[in-house]
Amino acid sequence: MNRAVPQRRSGFSFLLTDRGGQILLSVLLVLIIAVPVLNLWVPESSPFHVPTFVVSLLGKYLAFALLALSVDLIWGFAGILSLGHGAFFALGGYAMGMHLMREIGDRGVYGNPILPDFMVFLNWKELPWYWFGFDMFWFAMLMVVVVPGALAFLFGWLAFRSRVTGVYLSIITQALTFALMLAFFRNDMGFGGNNGLTDFKDVLGFNLQSDATRVGLFVATALLLALSYALCRLIVTSRLGSVLVAIRDAESRTRFLGYRVEHYQLFVFTVSAALAGIAGALYVPQVGIINPSEFTPANSIEIVIWVAIGGRGTLYGAVLGAVIVNFAKTYLTGAFPDIWLYFLGAMFVLVTIFLPKGLVGTLPAFPSLSRKSAAKPRHVSPGARPVRQAAPGE
Amino acid sequence: MKKNLLSLAAAGAFAVSMALSGAANAADTIKVGVLHSLSGTMAISETTLKDTMLMLVDDLNKKGGLLGKKVEAVVVDPASNWPLFAEKMRELLSVHKVDVVFGNWTSVSRKSVLPVVEELNGLLFYPVQYEGEESSRNVFYTGAAPNQQAIPAVEYLMSEDGGEAKRWVLLGTDYVYPRTTNKILRAFLKSKGVAEEDIMENYTPFGHSDWQTIVAEVKKFASAGKKTAVVSTINGDANVPFYKELGNQGIKAEDIPVVAFSVGEEELAGLDTTPLVGHLAAWNYFMSVEDRNNEAFIKKWHAFIKDEKRVTNDPMEAHYIGFNMWVQAVKQAGTTQVDAVRQAMYGQKFPNLTGGVAVMNTNHHLSKPVLIGEIQPDGQFDTVWQTDGVVKGDAWSDFIPESAKLTADWTFPWVCGNCTEPKFKTLIN
Amino acid sequence: MARISTLPSRLAALGILLTVLLGGALAAHAQDARDFDALVAGLNAKSFKAKIKAVDVLAASGHERAAEVLTVFLGGKLFARRSDGRIFMTERSGGVYLLTDAVTGADAGQASGKKLRKVRLNNRVRVAIRTALGGLTLLSPDPAKRSAAADAVFKSPNAGFLPTLEAAIARETVEKIKIKLTMTRAAVRLKTGKTDEIKLAAIGTLSDLATPASRALLAGVVHAEGGNAISEAAAEALADIERKLAFWNAVGNIFQGLSLGSVLLLAAVGLAITFGVMGVINMAHGELVMLGAYTTFVIQEIFRTHFPGLFDWSIIVALPCAFAVSGAFGIAIERGIIRYLYGRPLETLLATWGLSLILQQLVRSIFGPTNREVGSPSWMSGSMEIAGGFVLTFNRAWIILFSLLVLAALIVVFKKTAFGLQMRAVTQNRAMAGSMGIRTGWVDAMTFGLGAGIAGVAGVALSQIDNVSPNLGQAYIIDSFMVVVFGGVGNLWGTLVGAFTLGVVNKFLEPFAGAVLAKILVLVVIILFIQKRPRGLFALRGRAVEN
Repeated sequence: MNRAVPQRRSGFSFLLTDRGGQILLSVLLVLIIAVPVLNLWVPESSPFHVPTFVVSLLGKYLAFALLALSVDLIWGFAGILSLGHGAFFALGGYAMGMHLMREIGDRGVYGNPILPDFMVFLNWKELPWYWFGFDMFWFAMLMVVVVPGALAFLFGWLAFRSRVTGVYLSIITQALTFALMLAFFRNDMGFGGNNGLTDFKDVLGFNLQSDATRVGLFVATALLLALSYALCRLIVTSRLGSVLVAIRDAESRTRFLGYRVEHYQLFVFTVSAALAGIAGALYVPQVGIINPSEFTPANSIEIVIWVAIGGRGTLYGAVLGAVIVNFAKTYLTGAFPDIWLYFLGAMFVLVTIFLPKGLVGTLPAFPSLSRKSAAKPRHVSPGARPVRQAAPGE
Repeated sequence: MKKNLLSLAAAGAFAVSMALSGAANAADTIKVGVLHSLSGTMAISETTLKDTMLMLVDDLNKKGGLLGKKVEAVVVDPASNWPLFAEKMRELLSVHKVDVVFGNWTSVSRKSVLPVVEELNGLLFYPVQYEGEESSRNVFYTGAAPNQQAIPAVEYLMSEDGGEAKRWVLLGTDYVYPRTTNKILRAFLKSKGVAEEDIMENYTPFGHSDWQTIVAEVKKFASAGKKTAVVSTINGDANVPFYKELGNQGIKAEDIPVVAFSVGEEELAGLDTTPLVGHLAAWNYFMSVEDRNNEAFIKKWHAFIKDEKRVTNDPMEAHYIGFNMWVQAVKQAGTTQVDAVRQAMYGQKFPNLTGGVAVMNTNHHLSKPVLIGEIQPDGQFDTVWQTDGVVKGDAWSDFIPESAKLTADWTFPWVCGNCTEPKFKTLIN
Repeated sequence: MARISTLPSRLAALGILLTVLLGGALAAHAQDARDFDALVAGLNAKSFKAKIKAVDVLAASGHERAAEVLTVFLGGKLFARRSDGRIFMTERSGGVYLLTDAVTGADAGQASGKKLRKVRLNNRVRVAIRTALGGLTLLSPDPAKRSAAADAVFKSPNAGFLPTLEAAIARETVEKIKIKLTMTRAAVRLKTGKTDEIKLAAIGTLSDLATPASRALLAGVVHAEGGNAISEAAAEALADIERKLAFWNAVGNIFQGLSLGSVLLLAAVGLAITFGVMGVINMAHGELVMLGAYTTFVIQEIFRTHFPGLFDWSIIVALPCAFAVSGAFGIAIERGIIRYLYGRPLETLLATWGLSLILQQLVRSIFGPTNREVGSPSWMSGSMEIAGGFVLTFNRAWIILFSLLVLAALIVVFKKTAFGLQMRAVTQNRAMAGSMGIRTGWVDAMTFGLGAGIAGVAGVALSQIDNVSPNLGQAYIIDSFMVVVFGGVGNLWGTLVGAFTLGVVNKFLEPFAGAVLAKILVLVVIILFIQKRPRGLFALRGRAVEN
C-alpha cells in the first residue's frame, strides 16, 4: 500500500508519471490554442482555416470523451460496469438545457417571458417548482453536478450496500436509464417530452450561433476535459485509487482486509456521475438540443464500447476511444449512409476479440513505455491482473 | 512523444481535409441534400423518402438537369439520432454546400435542425404531416398542418355519412404531434358541443406493443350508448400491434371507427387488413386515387425501386410536389441562391397527384386537397370523402388561444413567421 | 346539447321509414326481375344516403338473390362496368376479374380492372347492409349466420324485424342462439315498444345479459328517457350489468397480464439459457428473435406463392425452420466470436452488441427497412367472447400455451436427456466435465445454439402480435434481461415466475397509472427488488454464485 504514496513526491507527479496522459494533455493544449486561431483569425480561403462545423464537431467529441473518461474511472479502476451512464450525462444536459431555455426569455415564438414555448402550447399556466432557479447560471451549473451526483449517490447507496455487483449492477443501471427515458418522454413531466429542449439563443449573453461562442465552448470543453483528466488521475494514483483497484480485482478479499468496500465504490461512482453530468452540460449548447433519446439504454452501452475500444483502465484510452468511434460515425454516416452499420459493428466485434487492450495497446510508442516500467503494466484487459500491483505484501 | 503528436496532428489534418473534400466540385453540379434516417427506429419510414428523392433527381437529370447543370443528390444518414440531425444538416450546408435539403420525418428532428438551417440560411423541405405551430423563414412545409388533416377528419365522422359520432377517444403516442393535435381537436370538439365526459384522451410510449388494456378500455368507453369514434395519432411502429389487437378483439369499423393521421399505405403493408376494413385515415394523397399523374408516378416508382409491390404514400407526394416546386422556382430565379429561390417559391403552383393544383403560400405551407379514405382488404384506401377544392395549411391553429393571435407571412409587410402585427408599417422605413 | 337530444327522435323516424319501406316491399315482392335490375343498379347511386336506401329496398324486395348481392357488396366485391354501369359480382384471379352478373347470377366472363369501377361503400352503408342481412338471415339454416344476424339486429333494432324474430325464436333449436334471439327481441321491444309494460319487461330480460352491447343499449335508454320509470328501471339494470362487467374486467386483466407475461417469457427464455446458464451476455439475443420472425415471413411467402391452400399450416412449418435458422446463427456466433471471450462476460456484451448492429443492417439490406406482413392462420385470428365483455383473443391464448410448452420442453431437455446432463456438467465444472470425456467446446456451441434457436421460435410467436421489422429485437432486449435478472439467473422456473409476475403487475397497474407510468413503476420495483435479493427471485446457492 505504501508504494502509492511516494509516487506523489512533487505536486504534479501524478500527471507526469503517465506518458499517455502527457500526450493527451499536450494535444488538448495544442487544440486550445490552435483551434481558436485557425477558426477566428485565419481567413476562410486559407487551407489552414478550421471551419466552424469542425469546431462544433471537435467540441462534441471532447464532451463525449469526458463522458467516456467518467465511465473508465469506475469501470477501469473500480470494476463497476455502469450501463446507465448516459442517464447522468443526460441529466447534466437537461440542467444546462433548462438554463438555456430560461435564458431565451421572451424571444420564444409565443413571447412568454417566463414559460418555455412547449409549456405555453400545453396550456401550462405557471412554471413548475423544479424549474425555479435555473434562470441563474451558477444555480444551473450547481445542478449539473448535484442532480446526477445525488441520483448516483442514492442509487449507489442502495446497490453497493446490498452488494449488488457485476452483471446484476450493469443490468439495473440499464433499468435506471430506461425508466428515466420513459419518464422524460412523458410530456406531463414538464421537460418538453420527446422534443426535449431546443432552440437555444445564447449562453451568458453570448449568441450561441456566433463562431466566437462556439470556439469559446470548445475551449471550455477542452479545458474541463483536461481538468477532469487530472482529477481522475489524482484519484487513481492516490491511496484511494489503490483500494479501488483492489476492489476491482478481489472485492471479497479487500472487504476481509477491513476496507468498507461500499464507501469507496459509492464515492467513485458519485464522482463519475458528476463528471458525466458536466460532459452533458458541455454537450448540449454545442449540439443545440437535449431530448430523452439521450437516455436510451443503447447509448449507455455505446459509451462503454468507446472505453473498451480505446483501452480500459488507462483514462487516456477512454478519451481516444470516444474520439475515434465518434469520428468514425461522423465519417461513415456521410460516406456510406446505407451500409455504415456494418463497419461500426465489425469494428466493435474485431476490437473486442483481437485487441483486448484496446487501441492504446497497439500504438507504436507504447511498448517502449511499458518496457521502461515493466513492473507496472498500464494496459490492462479486464479479468487480467490489476493496473498497479498493490498487493498487501508490497 | 513528438512522433505521436505529429501523427495525431496528421490525423486531425486528414479529418479536416476529408470533411472539406465535399466542397471541391461545388460549382459543377447543383446539389440536393437528402437528410432521412436510413438506420435506427425511423429508417422504417424515412428510407422510402430517400429513394423517392433519388428517383426525382434521377428523373430531372434524364430531362437535362437544371440550369444546364447536372443535379446531384447528397445522401447522409442521421441514424434516427436527433442531435445527429443537426450535425448532418450543418455538414450538408457548410461542407457539401448543398443548395437545398429535403428531409426529416419526426418533429423533434425538425426542431433539432431548425437553428442550423436558420443560422446558415439554408432551405429545407419538410414532407410530413405535423402539429403546426411553426413557420421558419428557411423551411417549406409540404406535409399537412392540423387543419388539413385532423379537423376535416373529425368533421367527417360527425357528419351523417361518417356515422354521427358523439363520443370521442383521442389515442396518441406521447409526443408533441399527438399532444398538440389533440389539444386542437379538444377545443374544436368543445366548440361543436361535445361534453368533457364524452372525450377520453390516452397516451402511450413510442413503440408500445401491448394494446390489450387500452383496446379493452376503448371498448368500455364506447358502450355508453353513444356512437363513439377513435382519433388515432399513434406513431409508426406502434400501429401494427394496435391494429392487430383491434382486429382480434373484434372491434369493427362499423361499431367504433378509428381514424388515423399517421397510418398510410406503407404502414398497412406490414399487416393483413381484412379485419380492419372500414377504419379510416385522413391524408392529402392516397395511392388508390385515379389520376393520370398518379398513375405515371406509381409506374415510375415501381420501375425505379424494381418492385411492383411497393406502395406510394402521402409524404412521397409531398416530396414530389416540393421538389418540383423548387425546380420551378430555381428556373424562374435563374439561380439556386436561397433568398432568390425563396422569393420565387411564393405562389408557386404544381399539379397534385390526386387532381387539382397545390399552391405554396406565403406562410410556407401548401394549399392541398384533403381526402378521407377507408382501409380496404388489399391494404389500400378507398376515398369516401374529399374537400371540394384545396385547403390552405395554417401554421398557427385558430383553436389554441396563444397561437390564434399569430400570423405567418413571409412577404411584405409582414415578413415574419410568428407576429401579431406586420414588421413594416410603411414602405419607407 | 340540442343535437344529442334529437338523436332518438331521428332513430324513431328511421324506424318509421323502414316500416313504410317494408310495407312497400311486400307489394314489390310480386314484381319481376326487371325491377330487381333497377334495385341492384340503385346500389351504385352517387351518395351514400341513396345507397343505404337502395340496400333497404333491395333487402325488403325479398328477392332470392338479394342476400347474395348484399353479401358480395359488403365484401367490397361488387363492381360496375365503366361502359354501361352494369353491376357484377367479381372474384379477382391474377390480373383480371371473373365476373358474375349480379342480377341474373349468370357467368359473365372476365374483365380487366381498368374496365370496372368498384361500387363504393362506407361504414354507414356497411351497417345498413349488415342489419338488412341480419333480417334476411335470421332464419338461415347455418347457426353461425343466425347468431351473427341476431347480433346485427341487436345493434340496430327496429320494429320491422319483430315478426321474423318471433319466427326465428320459435324455430330455434340451439339454446345459445335462442337466448341471443330472445335478447335481440327484447332490444327491439325496448327500442320500439308502444307501451311502458313492454319496455319494462324488455329491460328485465336484458338485465340478465352483461355485455358491452347491452350496456350501450341501456345507457342509451337512460340517457334518452330521462327521469321516468323506464329510465329508472334501465339505470337499475345498468348498475347490475356494471357489477358483472367489473368482475369480468378483472378476469380480463389477469388474462392480459398472463398474455404479456407469456410474451416476456418467450423473449427471455432463450436468454435464460445463454445468459443464465452459460453466463454470456448476448446483446444480439433480440436480433435472433428478429431472425425467427423474418423466417416466418419467408416461409409464409413460400406458402403464399406455392401452397396458398395450406396457409394455416405455415406457422407450424415456420417453427422448426426458425429454430434451425436462429440456432445456426447462434452456433456460428458461438464458434466465431464468443468462444474467444469465455471468462470475460462483459466483453461478450460488447462484441455481441456490434454483432446486433450488423444483423439489423443485414436484415435491412435483404428485406428492406419497412415492416413485412406476417399473416395469422385462421385458427389464431379472432376471439371468443367468454362473458361480460371478457374477450379471449385466440392469438394471445395460443401464445400463452405455446410459451408454457416451450418452457416444458426445455426443462425436459435439461433434466431428461444426455445432452442436458452434459450441459449441466459443463456449466458446473468445466474442467471436471472435460476430463470425464465431455467435448466441452461442442457442448458450449450446442447450448448456445439451443438458446438462440429458442429465441428464433419466440420470434415466430412475436410475429403474430408485433411488427416484423429490423427494430423488432431492440424492443425486447431490455425486458428480457429484466425478466432473467428478476427471476434469478440460471433458473428456468425463476424466469417463468418472473415473466408472469411482471406481466400481471404491469397490467394491473396500467388502468390506474397509464401505460408509461406502469412500466416505469415496474422498473423501479425491479431496481428496489434487486437491492433486497441481489440474486433474483430464485437465487442459486453454493459456490457457483461466487463466480
